[in-house]
Order: sequence, then structure tokens, then C-alpha cells
Amino acid sequence: MKQRLERDVIAMRAAKELKDGDCVNLGFGLPTLCALYVPEGVRFQTEAGLLGYGRLVLADEVEKADWHYIDASGRFCTPGEGMAIFDVVTSFIMIRSGRLISIMGGFQVSEKGDLANWNTGGDALGGTIGGAMDLAVGGKRVIITMDHTTKDGGYRIVKKCSYPLTAKESVDLIITDLAVIEVTRKGLVLKEVAPGWTPKEIQELTEPKLIIAPDVKEVEL
Amino acid sequence: MINKIFNSFDEAVADIPDGAVIAAECWGYPATAHNLIAAIRRKGIKNLTIITHCFIPQVFSDKYAMTPATLLPQIKKLITPIVGIMRLGAGDFVRPYVEQGLEVEIMGHGTLAARLYAGAAGLGGIYDPVGVGTLVEEGKEKRTINGKEYIFQEPLKPDYALLSGFKADKLGNLVYRGNYRSDQPIMAMAAKTTIAEVEQVVEVGDIDPEHVITPGIFIDRIVEIKPTDLGTKDKGQAIIQEITQVDSVKELLFGKKE
Repeated sequence: MKQRLERDVIAMRAAKELKDGDCVNLGFGLPTLCALYVPEGVRFQTEAGLLGYGRLVLADEVEKADWHYIDASGRFCTPGEGMAIFDVVTSFIMIRSGRLISIMGGFQVSEKGDLANWNTGGDALGGTIGGAMDLAVGGKRVIITMDHTTKDGGYRIVKKCSYPLTAKESVDLIITDLAVIEVTRKGLVLKEVAPGWTPKEIQELTEPKLIIAPDVKEVEL
Repeated sequence: MINKIFNSFDEAVADIPDGAVIAAECWGYPATAHNLIAAIRRKGIKNLTIITHCFIPQVFSDKYAMTPATLLPQIKKLITPIVGIMRLGAGDFVRPYVEQGLEVEIMGHGTLAARLYAGAAGLGGIYDPVGVGTLVEEGKEKRTINGKEYIFQEPLKPDYALLSGFKADKLGNLVYRGNYRSDQPIMAMAAKTTIAEVEQVVEVGDIDPEHVITPGIFIDRIVEIKPTDLGTKDKGQAIIQEITQVDSVKELLFGKKE
């Protein structure tokens, strides 16, 4: 079996999309790992009302945990230098006005950039929305990190999402354990492949037809 | 000066009737008016509509916390962006109540904030791009404005809001701490009557006017939290000690070394 990218490597690749001065909301799961790899000057937002929170409290310093400072994934964080605190009206104006980059996990992304990442159960009680819909619709850029296929090898990058949608036509970039794919008006453009994988092999694991970028290359970190 | 200070949580909620619409912030354990929720529970009023940021099962001991989900048997309708915890079966814990008639209305968190703003500001509702093409639009009017689709969302005007503040002066000028602020200022402004439990009540003039987050005009009743009540710093620490005994939970709440 050929090697797929480790979770940390996916996070590193996603972090490469950020630069000094960017403000980013990191969703639950894999995206939170990006925090370890972002360049200096990137600031983190949580929709519950913090911008510029500091490092997370580590498991061996439980005594430092303070319920007043919780990150976007519900973990204890520290107040960062220059942090701002605000209410949800301000918070969602930040999100909806296109000032924040959003990095989230995904269950499925369609060829048009439709995103399904909140619900696998099919009805209103099958998942939790939180800020995901706002972040998908309003994000300055919406970057999805996820496994390229399901555990049993099924497609996650699909013609049409079968899970309930988070938002229509909202994803800009998909970073998986096999590839980096940009969502464009013409379709999905394969930009980078994991070391040792060919565009043809990626296509076989992707339901919609991929446009192979003329300069397609190995994933760069 | 009108006295807004109440001596007990039970007195502060005494007039809330059956069928009331109550906004109560909850962000996991934090930002929750634990004592006022406990008082509503003791009072046993029924057919409530609960508007909250986060409706998750009470995973903490009743000794330390009382989240909106503890009111489940008293609720007729739930309006929230978060029902349950994904890894714990999401909204499955409310299904038995849905079968008995509980209505659940879901939407994005920003939509909840905007609907509360609409309620507070007297708007007739909002046209919202968030939720288009999702389960949120079911049963709602849709409209295309300048080529873009929107969902009509009605304003939310709670009868009561239950807040958890840090410090209030006797006029009700209110300060929060950290992300306890969250949904609470807009809930305070949208509700007809707002009740706040706070860590500390101070004299008028003791809060720097530049630091007031919710002006006292929006706060009707204040109860000071005593050391024996819920929601104290000590009880918050006790919960941290309790939940960090479970490694899988600890992994979710804390960062990892590089």
C-alpha cells in the first residue's frame, strides 16, 4: 500500500495557506493541528468571542485551565497578547463580512464546492451546526481538510453530496491525505499530489472528473 | 433608585409562567446561568421555549452545574444551533422528547445572533444567506435579492433572558469575563425581562463607564452568586478535576506538546 499523508502533514500543508496578518477560525478536529504550524502574525478567532487567543493549555498543566478562555473547538486556551473579546453579533460580522479565513473538516465536498461537514444522520438531530454554516458562507477563503476517501474506500469528493449540506458552492480549496484540489468555476483542479501518487490514481479515488493542472506537482510544505 | 437586587434565584424567577420564551446562554459549562436554570427547574414550569447557543447533555455533576438541557422535560420548543455533542450521538438524546411533541428548530449560530438582533431592534425579520440549500431552509420563505438566494428568518423576542455575568453595579451595568460574553449581550437586549446572576455586585460608580458591556437599562434583576451556589470558580475547578480523570475527554480539552 502506498503511503498517504499523515494528519500533521495535512495540517502543515493547510497552514501554508496562511500568512502574517491573516485571521483564521480553525474548526474541530484536524484543522486545530494547523495552529502548531502557522507563520508568525496569524491570529486565531473563536465564534464565542475571542480574536488573538494564545497557546492552548497543555494536559500536564490542568491548573492553568480557565473556563473564561475556550477556543473554537471547546479547548482551554490562554489569553494571547493583543487579544480582543467581543459578543456574537460582532463575532459573526467578522465571519460573514469576509474578514476571516476558515479551515474546517469535511465529510464530503462536491464538484461545485458544496460542503457537507455537520451531519451524518440525515435529519436535524443528526449533527451540530454551531458556526459552520456561517463560516462556510462568509469565509474570506474556505479551506477543507479531510481524508480523500471514506474508511472503506468510498468517495468523499463527490458529484453531489449525500449528507445534509452545510453550504452550497462555498469551498475554495480541498486538502486531503492524497491531494490538493482547488474548486474553480470550470471544476475541480488537481494542483498537488502526495509523494508517490499519480494524477490518474487520484482521479480513480475521486468521483467527479478532475482537471489536471498543467503544473501539477508533489505536495509542497 | 429602583432596587434590581434579588436575594434569591427563586424570587428572581418567581413570575415566569408556563409557556414562557426564555433565552439562556450556554457554551458547554461556561457562560451559563446555572443557578437561575436550577431555579426554573425547581419551579417546574412547563411548555417553555428555550433559545440557547448550545444544548448539550448535562455531562457534569448536578452538584456543580445546571445547563439548559436539564430543563428538557419542561420544554415545548427548542431553538438552537447546537443539539448534542457529535461524538455522543449528536441530538439522539432529545429524540424521545421529540416523539412526545418537542419541537426543535435549528440554524447557524450567526443566524441565531442576527435573529436576536432583529428581535431587539424591532425588525420584522431578516433575509439570511446562511442555511440556503440546507435543512435550515425547510418550511421557510425564500427570496432572491439581486440574484442571490436568502431565507426569511423571524425575529426572536424572548420573554426572559437568563445571564451569567462577572460584575454588576446596582443599576445593572454589566461586565462579563472572557468568552462568557458571547450571546449574552444580545439576549439581554432582545428579552422583555433580563435576569443576571453575577459573581460580584458593586456600588454605582465602581465600574468604569468605558468598561460597561451591557448598560443597566437592559438588566432588570440581579442576583449575586454565593460561595455555596453553582457556577463559582471553585466549582468550575472541581469540574475540570473531575472531567480530566477521563483520558479521552482530557485529549479533547487540552493542547498537545509539539
